[in-house]
Amino acid sequence: MSDKPKVAFYWCASCGGCEEAIVDLAEQLLDVAAAVEIVFWPVAVDGKRSDIEAMEDGEILATFINGAIRTTEQEEMVHLLRQKSQVLLAFGSCAHLGGIPGLANQFDRETILETVFDSTPSTVNPEKVRPQLEFTENGHSVDLPGFYETVRTLDQVTEVDYIVPGCAPTPNIIGGAVGALLSGDDLPPAGTVLAPDTALCDECGRKETKPEVVAISEWKRPHEVLIDEDLCLLAQGLVCLGPATRAGCGSLCIGANMPCSGCFGPTSRVRDYGGKALGAIASLVDSDDEAEIDKILAGIPDPVGTFYRYSLPASRLRRAPMERPLEVAAPKGE
Amino acid sequence: MSESVDTQVAGNGFEPMIVAFFCNWCTYMAADLAGTSRMKYAPNVRVIRVMCSGRVDPQFVLDAMAQGADGVLLGGCHPGDCHYQEGNYKALRRYRLLKRLLTDLGIDEERIRLEWISAAEADRLRDVVNEMTEQIRSLGPANLQVPQEQFVKPVPISLEVSV
Ligand code: SF4
Ligand code: SF4
Ligand code: FES
Repeated sequence: MSDKPKVAFYWCASCGGCEEAIVDLAEQLLDVAAAVEIVFWPVAVDGKRSDIEAMEDGEILATFINGAIRTTEQEEMVHLLRQKSQVLLAFGSCAHLGGIPGLANQFDRETILETVFDSTPSTVNPEKVRPQLEFTENGHSVDLPGFYETVRTLDQVTEVDYIVPGCAPTPNIIGGAVGALLSGDDLPPAGTVLAPDTALCDECGRKETKPEVVAISEWKRPHEVLIDEDLCLLAQGLVCLGPATRAGCGSLCIGANMPCSGCFGPTSRVRDYGGKALGAIASLVDSDDEAEIDKILAGIPDPVGTFYRYSLPASRLRRAPMERPLEVAAPKGE
Repeated sequence: MSESVDTQVAGNGFEPMIVAFFCNWCTYMAADLAGTSRMKYAPNVRVIRVMCSGRVDPQFVLDAMAQGADGVLLGGCHPGDCHYQEGNYKALRRYRLLKRLLTDLGIDEERIRLEWISAAEADRLRDVVNEMTEQIRSLGPANLQVPQEQFVKPVPISLEVSV
């Protein structure tokens, strides 16, 4: 047994991009791997749930969890890892805010299953087979995780110590988080997002070209226009969410001449990212006339997907109203 | 009031809860005037005074709905009359987009409403509140609570596979 600090990685409802972000650390990863013992990492290292169960509580120094919580198995694993870890980190937008998988909160479970197992043009399923929670054959039974109606963020399921934001987190942000953990000293208070608490515009290279008053008479989408490489994207009529988004990524998308879509989430003073971002963008419309305002705003065809792209489960409403309300309980933390 | 409590107990009389954000300089004064003139109107509105309709961040509306409001009413000064010049126009722009976001999520559009009501228009305030209360009464509760889910494992299904 080595006495190096133990570290674990786990994934829930995610695309794999956050795992890729860790691998992308390249040489930096080798330094980290030399300094710690990776005890669990299903994507890259052999290991079983029973290995974790056999550990002492708090035996793992830090566990990084990416992905939102959608299934019973994810929930169980998260509780187990919480118990065995001194520090639990939400890694990436999905664990932080619900992320892209969280957009499924626009629909109920039945609608999702019906679409996936029945109605898409490429589906052939005449017997209408659906995944079952349990299946027995010849006296042997296997089970599958349950699929919840609602996608949740990690901190809606268990206590989270730190958040590493981003879709996916950028190398500088990951490096900063790992460095802070390993050095052990001056750790920020629990619940902190490990990125600057300012808006992205503050660190954006195009800040100087952002006019004091932005007035938009036509919203444009990136594929519709030739985008100037130096001017503030918002001033060019693109929906750049930099004014509402936390800084720290190094304005990566802006550098690639694409508007910010908000993956770092809000600063600490905002309770509902989508509401804040929508307010900031709508106010810029250059008209006082209702019909003309609607016409200009029609240039934003999907408000939910635009303003809650990464954060529907973390929003105040958390999801679209249930088509068939289940029995309800007060939302956590109210 | 006691009447509404009774019907609630009976289980069939749903009483809408409407949160209202009223501008201090106009709609809030209209509500004040309605009070001093002893006008009667639906008691379903909980009024929050703001300095200008432009102060109403969309987050306030979402927060009210998340905390159980069945509808949200915004009241501001008529176009051209805002004390801060642009506030009511900003409110209008945000309201038009917020309304689309809410309807895209499947929330009935009648649940959010913006009205220009001046300090003198107490009767208009009364009519708007009565009308909105009736509309939401017929829509029913907003039901925006997120369900607490539990999985009850069903009896395993057994399939005989013929070889
Ligand atoms: S709006 Fe976008 S492009 Fe303009 S300064 Fe902010 S982040 Fe940069
Ligand atoms: S510019 Fe915006 S969307 Fe792009 S990485 Fe940064 S925070 Fe994320
Ligand atoms: S002061 Fe009344 S809406 Fe601005």
